[in-house]
Formats: sequence, structure tokens, C-alpha cells
Amino acid sequence: MIPLSWFLILAAALFSIGLYGVLARRNAVAILMGIELMLNAVNLNLVAFWRYVAPGSIAGQAFAVMVFAVAASEAAVGLALILSIYRQRSTVAAEEINLLKW
Amino acid sequence: MTPLQIVFLFVAAFTLLSALLVVTRPNLVHASLWLIAALAGVAVLFVLLEAGFLAAVQVVIYIGAIAILIIFAVMLTRRVMSDSGPQVNRNWWGAALSALLIFGGLLGLFSQVPAVGSAFPAAIANADGLLEDLGRSLVDVNRYVLPFEVASVLLLAAMIGAIVIARPAAREEGEE
Amino acid sequence: MSDPFGQIGQFFLNLLTGLGVEAGLASFLLKVAGAAALATGCLFSTFFLIWAERKLLARLQDRLGPNRTGPFGMLQTIADFAKLVTKELIFPSGVDRPVFLLAPLLVVMSVVGIWAVVPFAPRFIASDVNVGVLYVVSVGSIGTLGIMLAGWSSNNKYALLGAFRTVAQLVSYEVPMVLVMLVPVMLSGSMGMVAIVEQQRSMWFVVLAPIAFILFYITSLAENGRAPFDLMEAESEIATGYNVEYSGLMFGMFFVAEFLHAFTIGALATTLFLGGWLGPGVDRYPLLGLVYFLGKSAVIWWSIIWVRMSLPRIRIDQMLALNWKFLTPLALGVVVVTAVADKVGPAGTLGRTVVQLVGNGVVLAFTLLALRAYAARLRNRPTLATPPAASTSLGAPAQ
Repeated sequence: MIPLSWFLILAAALFSIGLYGVLARRNAVAILMGIELMLNAVNLNLVAFWRYVAPGSIAGQAFAVMVFAVAASEAAVGLALILSIYRQRSTVAAEEINLLKW
Repeated sequence: MTPLQIVFLFVAAFTLLSALLVVTRPNLVHASLWLIAALAGVAVLFVLLEAGFLAAVQVVIYIGAIAILIIFAVMLTRRVMSDSGPQVNRNWWGAALSALLIFGGLLGLFSQVPAVGSAFPAAIANADGLLEDLGRSLVDVNRYVLPFEVASVLLLAAMIGAIVIARPAAREEGEE
Repeated sequence: MSDPFGQIGQFFLNLLTGLGVEAGLASFLLKVAGAAALATGCLFSTFFLIWAERKLLARLQDRLGPNRTGPFGMLQTIADFAKLVTKELIFPSGVDRPVFLLAPLLVVMSVVGIWAVVPFAPRFIASDVNVGVLYVVSVGSIGTLGIMLAGWSSNNKYALLGAFRTVAQLVSYEVPMVLVMLVPVMLSGSMGMVAIVEQQRSMWFVVLAPIAFILFYITSLAENGRAPFDLMEAESEIATGYNVEYSGLMFGMFFVAEFLHAFTIGALATTLFLGGWLGPGVDRYPLLGLVYFLGKSAVIWWSIIWVRMSLPRIRIDQMLALNWKFLTPLALGVVVVTAVADKVGPAGTLGRTVVQLVGNGVVLAFTLLALRAYAARLRNRPTLATPPAASTSLGAPAQ
């Protein structure tokens, strides 16, 4: 059967790939895609631990449902912000949105 | 190699490959399509973990709503129909290094978890009642009703905030 | 003959294991073959559905419909598809080929995938997941994705505009549809399709929740893109919208998906509200369940065609206003009233029916009052003919 370590390695890899996407991409929407990958990795981790360590208590799945809600609201607000910035400045490259920089 | 392991390896490879393509494709619409593939892979993994409800919720929320939002944002924030300029910034090597470091750190952390070597535990005691238990736990005063209510307020705030932020600039006649 | 389909499955399994295939692999192969047979059967049934729809549309318009190819024109659909298959697949310059090809596949996938959880007869369901209703919602939302990709990849501004409007319509109407699908889930206590059908043995849910049924019907019509919500494929509006650059079999796939979706709506409405395969004598002869199910779905499908031929198309802003200002609050009200009535009311069938009908009546009364107030406001608002200073009491222009 599938050991827990396989799921954890997969979740860690997804998280790292998402992190690379957030740190290395210029386009703000691409950064948001990396964030969604990281949130998915977290969810996978939660559900894997729920299944292997404590399947009797439903806390793992409830926590994952909360993460879904947070991810959805964060994606909505983030994309609204990106659209608004695009209207004002005609760019979505993260390094050009630097009004508050030193 | 049991069939279940083969299925898992196949789905895991597909998910990782899609995730890699998401963060490297310069064409953003292709990147969002690969994101949808990665999200679908995670949904299949939820099914393998016997969390069928979460798999369906993953497809509905992520693929059916968030991915469509992302594609909309990609389409609305480009001046021409093709991409322009490099898609990675100057510090991409630093990003790759930190991603590798985090991966190594997480693996080291996981190796210290006592349950990490365990194979599949016995079947869940009340597999048919899982869904009902989840529902009850979200409204049970002694369990998770507070996070549930806070999450609903969060969703309301996010919805109102997104509508207000993304609105076009107000017109002068003071319409509504 | 108590379990005909189980016996057929067992026969094939014994055949395969007799040939030397090990049991696990044999059952896996049978499952794959069953899924393929179901999908192929759905797609083949569209041949009949399209012909029947064209005949019905014609009769409603006082003409004959296809009657040349084959007896009563029954081979017309086959002729149409032969034409579509042999047409050249045109890729306009600048289209994004993989996305262009993927879009019709996603749309067809989203419709055929729904049939995996539809219960045809007792013990005749492809896969009884215990989250059947949520699965239907999730698979349906993949079609929206396909349409947007179709519009974007066509490299055509009209297609993109059409795709945006279509996606706005589809995503908006998903909200009341999902809310209303909660009503049979609440009344039956489970999200599984078989459980929902079984719980309707005492009383069909259409009697317990008539407003929910009507709302489901309307929102499913909008999800399908059928008249009066057929702005998605309006030939006279913006050059047929998202599928303007598609030709040949790719266009055929959009066509098939739309016509199959109408019958799928019938199947879903039957399962959720009209008692699925329930009917007299179905426990002794399970195949009667298939007959009842197909009959009820056909009635809903026929009514969809009737509505299509009778009502004019509504504009995109009217459609969105209808959804957000009328259908969504109404769906929320129905869900709340059903939940309260279910918890507070008595448990017996007759008592439950009476309490639910009273609840629905209350919702209906409030809706009618709200509509009356809205209509009065519309009548009294100042128009061009009656400037605000000189308006008469009813706002009607003087002759």
C-alpha cells in the first residue's frame, strides 16, 4: 500500500514548485497561480495526515474545508486588485508596481 | 507494486509535471491550463485518500471557479493577444535555490514525524457516516462552528471587497 | 430477473476469468468497458434526440421538419453528421491550436460525465458516489471552462466577446442552481442520487418543493443555453458567439453537447424531483424502472423544447438582473424555508407535505408581493413622454 511518506514528499514538492513560481515570475497573475499551488500542497498534506494518523476525528477534513474557503476568498480579492491595478497603471508586472518602494 | 501504487505514481507524476509547467510556461493561458491539470491531479489524489467530498469540492471551487477567475484575469490584463517580455525576473536563480532549500527542509521535518513510515491504516471505522460527521462537526457548538461562521464572514467580506475594488471608476452624475 | 444488470456483469466477469484473466484486472477492464459503453450510448442517443427535437420544433411552428432522408426523416441526423465529419477542419491563422482543439472536448466531457451518476433503474447506476449532487455541479462547471477557451483561442474579437457573455451567464446561473439542488439533498438527507430516489417513495419532491423544481428548471435552461437564455448561440446577435470559428466535427461536438444537455436536464430533474425510476410495479420488475425514468425525462425534455419555441430571447443585462435580483434571493428563501419547515414540522408523510406546501406558499406570497411592488415602481417611474414635473398619477403618456 502507499506509505504516508509518498504523499508528504509529493506535497513538499508541490509546495516548493509553487514557491518558485511566486518568487521567480514577473506577472502578478502567475504569482497568484503559484500561491494556489502552495495552498493545494497544504490541503494535500492535511488530508494525508488525517487519513493516516487520525481517521477517526474529522478535524483534518474540516481544516481542509476552511483552507478551501480561504483560498477562494484570497483568489477573488487578489484578482480584483490585479484588475484594478491594470486599469490604473496598464501593467501587471510585479516589479513595475513599485509606488511604495523606497 | 500494487495497482494502487501504480495509479498513485502516475497521478503524482502528472501533478508534478503540470505544476512545473505552470511555473515555467511563458504563455499565461497555457500556464493556467496546466494549473487546471495540476488541480485535477490533486482532486484524484483526494479520491485515493478516501476523501471523496473534498475531491468534489476541489473540482467545484478550484477548477470551476478559481481557475476560471484566473483565466479571466489573464485575458483582461493583456494589451495584445500574445505575451511580451521575459516571464521570469532577475532573481530566478535565488527563487530556485530557496525552493530547493525549502523542499529539503520539509523532507527533513517529515522524517521526524513518527507516523511517516506507516502504510495504509485499517479501513475507516464509519466510512458511510464521514460526510454526515463532517457536516455535523461544522455546526456543533463544541467543535468547529466558530471557524465555520468566521469563514462565512470572510467570504462575505471578500465578495464585497472584490466587487468594490474591481468596479469601474464612478461616473459623475452620481448614478446609484 | 430481480437484478438483470448485475447478472450481465457477473456473466462477463466469469467469461473473462474463464479465459485466464485474474479477477482484479478483469473487474477493472469491465469497469472501463462499462464506462465506454455508457459514454458511447449517450452520444449515439443524440442521433435520435436531435431528430426528435427538430420534428417537434417543426410541428410547433406548423411545418413538417425533416422528412426526406429515410422514413420520416429519421436518417437526417446521420446525414448531418456525415457532412460534418467530412468537412475540413479549418484552423484560422493565429489560433492557439491545442486550446482550440481542447475546448469542444471539455464541453462534451462535461455533459457526458453527468451520466455517470444518473440512476436509470434499481441497481442500474454507473457509479453511486455518495456525493452525487456535488459531482454533477463540479462536472457541469467544466463546460464553462471549455466555452471560455473556445472563445479565447479563436483569435476573433466577436468570439471572445461572446465567450465572456456566455461565461458570465453560466457562472451566474450556477449560484441559484446549486442552492436549489440543496433542497432535495435536505429533504432526503443524503447527496447520493440513489438515496435521493429512494427517499421519494413516500412522496415525490416536486410536491414537497414545487418552487425549487421550477427554479431548478429555469436555472438549468440557462446553464444549457436554451431559449429564452440562448444568447450564447444567437446567430442574429453577435455572429453565433464563441463557436464562430469552428467547423466540421469540432462544431459538431458543441452541437451534440448542447442537445444532449437538454435530455440530461430532464434526467436530473427526474432524479431530484420527480422520483427517478419510481413507479407502480418497479420492485418486482426492475426494467420497468428504466421505462419510467426515460418516460419522465422525456416529458421534461419535451417541455424544454416547447418553452424554446414559445419564448423570445432575453438580453444579457435583463438575464443577469433576473438572476441576481430575483432567482438568487428566491433560491435562498426556498432553502431557508425548506430547512425550517423540515426541522419544525411533523415527520409523517402527510404532515410533512402539508408543512412544506405551506412554506412554499409563504415564499410564493412574498414573491408575488415583491413583484407587485416592483411593477408599481416601474409603472410610476418618469419616462420620456411624461417628464417628472408633469407626470400623471399612473405615468401613462397622454394621447
